[in-house]
Amino acid sequence: MTALLEVNGVTKRFGGLLAVSDVSFTLQEGEILGLIGPNGAGKTTLFNMVNGVYKLDKGTVTFGGQDITNRPPNEVVHLGIARTHQIVKPLYGMTVVENVIVGACFGREHLQLKPARKVALEVLERVGLADRADTSARSLTIAGKKRLEVARALAARPKLLLLDEVLAGLNPTEVAQMIETVRAIRDSGISVLMIEHLMQAIMSLSHRIVVLNLGAKLAEGPPEEVVKNPDVVEAYLGFPDIVDKLRGAQ
Amino acid sequence: MIFRLPVFWLTLIFAGLMIWFPMHGNNVSLREDLILVAVAIILASNLNLMIGYTGYVNFGHIVFYGLGGYVGLYLATVKSWNLILSALLAGLAVSLCALLFGLGILRLRGAYFALATIGILQAVQSFVSNFDPWGRSTGLYVSFDAYQPLGGARRALWVTYILVIVVMALSMLLSLAIKTSKFGLGLFAIREDEDAAVVLGVNATVYKAIIYSVSAFLPAVAGALMFYKNGMIDPSIAFEFMLSLEGIVMLMLGGKGTVIGAALGGGLYEKLRSYLLTSPKLSNFHLVIAGALLLLVVLFAPGGLIGWLYRLVPRSEKVIE
Repeated sequence: MTALLEVNGVTKRFGGLLAVSDVSFTLQEGEILGLIGPNGAGKTTLFNMVNGVYKLDKGTVTFGGQDITNRPPNEVVHLGIARTHQIVKPLYGMTVVENVIVGACFGREHLQLKPARKVALEVLERVGLADRADTSARSLTIAGKKRLEVARALAARPKLLLLDEVLAGLNPTEVAQMIETVRAIRDSGISVLMIEHLMQAIMSLSHRIVVLNLGAKLAEGPPEEVVKNPDVVEAYLGFPDIVDKLRGAQ
Repeated sequence: MIFRLPVFWLTLIFAGLMIWFPMHGNNVSLREDLILVAVAIILASNLNLMIGYTGYVNFGHIVFYGLGGYVGLYLATVKSWNLILSALLAGLAVSLCALLFGLGILRLRGAYFALATIGILQAVQSFVSNFDPWGRSTGLYVSFDAYQPLGGARRALWVTYILVIVVMALSMLLSLAIKTSKFGLGLFAIREDEDAAVVLGVNATVYKAIIYSVSAFLPAVAGALMFYKNGMIDPSIAFEFMLSLEGIVMLMLGGKGTVIGAALGGGLYEKLRSYLLTSPKLSNFHLVIAGALLLLVVLFAPGGLIGWLYRLVPRSEKVIE
């Protein structure tokens, strides 16, 4: 295994607020790395720093051995990092398949319209949206829009996929389907960095977990180790004995 | 391929008829009517590239038309260059200008961008009004001799008419070509959500600058032809803000984002306007009607005539671009 993504001492400040402070971690090729932390811990900000939406105040981001610090988002996609948004951003005036064609056309492979359509239909099949291909993106349910986010990102043929809370707001059946989708994505050879609040999901999916709290890295390790870490339990879960309760539920 | 689209052939037939009707029987008054319709279609179609395709409202689109007129007239009369060459050079020069303006103001979004486009119009108008080689506020006049290379004034009017119709057809075909291309898809993505488009890999900065510059080219060529035909140009008629606003009304009326809509809106609005302007009772009333029309369209048919057609007959969306 080699490191695909190396995040080194990245820091982001918004005025007086230190949103992300000196965070470092690496993601191995073929790995699902979970990123967890309470609200406002800086998880989405970290995503925005990796894919170039925000400029870094300090630190470096390296992808596949190449320095991508502060490269604009459109270039980062071309290099092979695609992402989804926590607050979904469908291109509402277009159909579902057109949305995905945009992802394929401007992704890593710069496809022309025709091959892009083919890729888009394939990807829609994979995420279970094939039957909605020609409907307006506006008409999708929230679960559908999350799937569309994933489909668009996949159509870019990324090496690394950043998933920002794709499970939030879904009902239990939809969650189960999405977990299967994420697993299938990993099995197809795409590494995944995922932000998730849903503990059961992140525990069962990720190989390792990085915990953020108040912009700083609190812990890192395999899921079962991380949830036992007293700092994490206190920061993230609130009170220690919830771990036992969660175990009981499983 | 663009040749397989019905709209491609429709445009050619339309342009052919526009040339054939007035020429058949040498109908000069019809020609003068239709040339205004053609200019309206040129302005609306190219404005559509910004407003309809990219989602950036340009209130100062007429600046390209006026500047093109100045550059073209200057080259064709003062320098006595060939008319077509002058018009093309005017187009290129204005496109280049637009590229520079665009790199500056396209960092702005929404209302701020729209305001900046008005600023550009005003700034250019002030500049031209004080620019000696272009005759300051009195403008430039075409001497009668300038029409000689085209075989005298009478023939020159027909030649410019045909050229304007060609520019009109090219405007519609350009809109069609962009709409059905990958470049167009990128623009639509920017229109729907620029941040999302960038994250999906669209180089929005470059795309916006290119389309802003492209949307300047044909209006500038048309401006060069029209002011040459009219025989004179001055800053107040070249950079008429009202005409800029009316361009937006045309586009909204026909249906922004569609090739046919822009042309239809341009044509219909121009017919309506010339009717109102020439009717004794309603003269000077046309802007009131334009305002009311815009309000009605925005409130009840935001997609314009073509949007309304799409809703009525959903299948038409596949045929009418």
